[in-house]
Amino acid sequence: MSRFEVDGSDVLTAFAILTDGLVYAAYLFIVAIGLTLIFGVMKILNVTHGSFYAFGAYGAATAVGIYANADWPAALGFLFMLAFGMAVGLVMGVILERGLLRLVYGRDEVVVVLVTYATFLILEDVIVLIWGPGSYPAYQPLVSAGNTEIGDLVLSNYDIILVALAAGLAGAAYWALKFTRYGRLLTTVIFDRETAAAFGINVTLVYTVTFIIGAMLGALGGAVMAPKISVTLGIGVEVIVLAFAVVAIGGMGSIEGALIGALIVGICRAAAVHLVPQVELFVIYGVMALVLVVRPYGLFVRAQPRKI
Amino acid sequence: MSDILAVRDLEKTFGSLVAARDITVSIPAEQTVGVIGANGAGKTTFINMITGHLTPTKGSILFEDKDITGKPSREITRLGISRSFQVAQIFPTLTVRENMVIAAAIARRSGGMLGAVTTPVHSGAAIAEAEATIELFQIARYADTPASTLPQGVRKLLDIGMAVVGWPRLLLLDEPTSGISIEEKFDLMQVVMSALKTRKITVLFVEHDMEIVGRFADRVLAFYDGTVIADGTPHETLDNPRVQELITGVRLKPTGFADA
Amino acid sequence: MFLIAAAAGPALPDWVVSLTTIAFSNALVVLGLVVLWRAGLVSFGQALYYCIGAYIVALIGRWAGFTDAFALVLLGGVGAGLVAALVGALLARYREIFFAMLSLALSMILYGVLVKTESLGSTDGFSVTTPTFLGFALHGDKLILALYWLTLGIGAVAALAVGTYFRSIAGALAAPIRDNEIRVEFLGVSVTGIIHIKVVIAGVLGGLGGALGALTIGHVDPNMAYWTTSGGFVFVTILAGAGSVAAAFVGSLLFEVIRTIAVDVMPGLWQMVLGSVLLLTILFLPDGLGSLVARLKKRGEARS
Repeated sequence: MSRFEVDGSDVLTAFAILTDGLVYAAYLFIVAIGLTLIFGVMKILNVTHGSFYAFGAYGAATAVGIYANADWPAALGFLFMLAFGMAVGLVMGVILERGLLRLVYGRDEVVVVLVTYATFLILEDVIVLIWGPGSYPAYQPLVSAGNTEIGDLVLSNYDIILVALAAGLAGAAYWALKFTRYGRLLTTVIFDRETAAAFGINVTLVYTVTFIIGAMLGALGGAVMAPKISVTLGIGVEVIVLAFAVVAIGGMGSIEGALIGALIVGICRAAAVHLVPQVELFVIYGVMALVLVVRPYGLFVRAQPRKI
Repeated sequence: MSDILAVRDLEKTFGSLVAARDITVSIPAEQTVGVIGANGAGKTTFINMITGHLTPTKGSILFEDKDITGKPSREITRLGISRSFQVAQIFPTLTVRENMVIAAAIARRSGGMLGAVTTPVHSGAAIAEAEATIELFQIARYADTPASTLPQGVRKLLDIGMAVVGWPRLLLLDEPTSGISIEEKFDLMQVVMSALKTRKITVLFVEHDMEIVGRFADRVLAFYDGTVIADGTPHETLDNPRVQELITGVRLKPTGFADA
Repeated sequence: MFLIAAAAGPALPDWVVSLTTIAFSNALVVLGLVVLWRAGLVSFGQALYYCIGAYIVALIGRWAGFTDAFALVLLGGVGAGLVAALVGALLARYREIFFAMLSLALSMILYGVLVKTESLGSTDGFSVTTPTFLGFALHGDKLILALYWLTLGIGAVAALAVGTYFRSIAGALAAPIRDNEIRVEFLGVSVTGIIHIKVVIAGVLGGLGGALGALTIGHVDPNMAYWTTSGGFVFVTILAGAGSVAAAFVGSLLFEVIRTIAVDVMPGLWQMVLGSVLLLTILFLPDGLGSLVARLKKRGEARS
């Protein structure tokens, strides 16, 4: 094989890395966007986000159970699953924000993180209370979506939907922030909470709504991933630390950052899995550490000067 | 030792912005020098170059005949130059005494990092120095009060006291009376100045209140546009027409301050 | 306290001794967290040092055939300390959330590396060879007791050392650094240097704790570096409060007791119980149980 011919299997590998990377990035983005939103607006690093994901996944599994038995058409079932998951997120968001978070607003950032961590631990067992310790299959949407074949590569249509969903979410977020009234309010509060309040913006309301949206997005992440994973105990634990890594890389509070962070982590991980499998996990956290060292606020957020 | 501080042709530029230029000043030991000028005129840049937080782009600074130009601030502090802050920088959760003891212990330690780990903080010497300085600044009645609850004047005295507990030879005061009510300004400066005179400390203080400057300074430096435009007794400087035009405003009658 | 516990050892039932041994080896890690906490820093990655200490013990025991307990534990502490010295130079530049996140990232990197390393047993880890004590091979009851005494001994030494450290300038600077770091710099101290020292101290303690833990549990696995392990240590630190050296040990003991009870009483839901305890502590006793003791003491003094 001469130097100037590209090896067919190399191309295949490169393509596989790209597609796997995109799919993983889509998953990461959907999970991380809620986390970064909540941090950007409320300056809270919400460990409970892992619970939103888990509850979303379990909710979706329950929904799949419902419609699979009732024999609904696949597309409707899929939407139902997502809606059900998001509804779970909505309920959780409301309960947590009104019931718990309100008690710790204004306290030290780290204290709030610890509160969300404690809540996360509690909710892990609430899952056991509601759904028991077994695992729940929810594979129906994945299977019914079928596959697409491009040459030698087999792509799951569900993965394609996942990427489309992530892209759509990114677009919707961008549009909402720039062009809707609520979006612009949000941007103001993210930028400077005190000044926003001074302008008469009801910051408390913005906080509540933001938290609920973040919860729903987290749950959506769990719901859409439910068919791909084994819905079982502990999924929240792994997801939350991955979401942290993405958010730390992209910049806490930046949605473009979450997108880029997800892409970076997704592609790097896919490359690792295909080329050097031993460093798969190392790569993710290595990039996170690297970014934290070089740009502690993330790639897309400028450092805030110390306010005296 | 000729002058305790000798600054020659000092200049500081940030890219194309000239923050300070052509500053040549010599200050004899134990002199009290007032520094006036509008914000942005170069006073803080000047001070920061002396304390080592900014490195001059040109010129030299000699302290006690030693060249300290561009030395790191930690070294300069240990050589005997200290500063206080416009907004009092203290440790709010500690009491006044604890604030002072920490400052004293740090000032007295030797041996760098290892010394920091091995030297106990509540040594007899540190405590004695702290108590002495608290007395000197007349804040003894607040000794056991947490610093966060102190009235503004006492905060300032604590701030300055912490800068003085290590017996520096040169002290830079950044707007010592800012934030203090008019009734209290003179009393505060009285306490501060007599304390500093007792310890024979050379003082450079930045002030916007011209009456304070006139009353307490032996000499006044007027800054404008990054350089010194007047240098003399308070009478000379404050009555200087350029100073009046650019900084203080025209006086309707002479200052009436006796030359120090 | 340590002497009493040591003396009582032989008289107590095995499970109490084991529980205390685990509690006190964890307490070492918590003590490290207390050192950092006083300066306003929360590390979500102490599991890094815990795991390093544990794996050093396990690896040397397995590959070098060297099994003396004292030496192994010391090597564990030193090894972790060296890593802390290296990493600390970096970590010392960060504060608050960033310090927490960077420390988390570093521990997760180790986790990632260990999980994928076949030769170290990846996710299953591997077992630790039984330690010997100055040449004596002990078994059963005697082994448990020996480990207990070893842990107590190291715990006592650590407690004394850290207590002395708290009274030194570097230790006493914790509160000022937390309060107003800039002023500390202006007083002529390198804050980064002081924090570096704290990171190293916490690292050594973490390594010692991990080493002792490995010997007592008899098994090491990558989970020792996972974020939930770090979280557990932070949990105990909150419970105990950062008020004193004793708090770390009492708090750890209390935590083990609560956990044992919770697992006994509500086997499937013990995490919920712990989480609730943590939550209540944060909300109502922000300075931990140690502060409650201090408050009660003050009330007692006021009355008399």
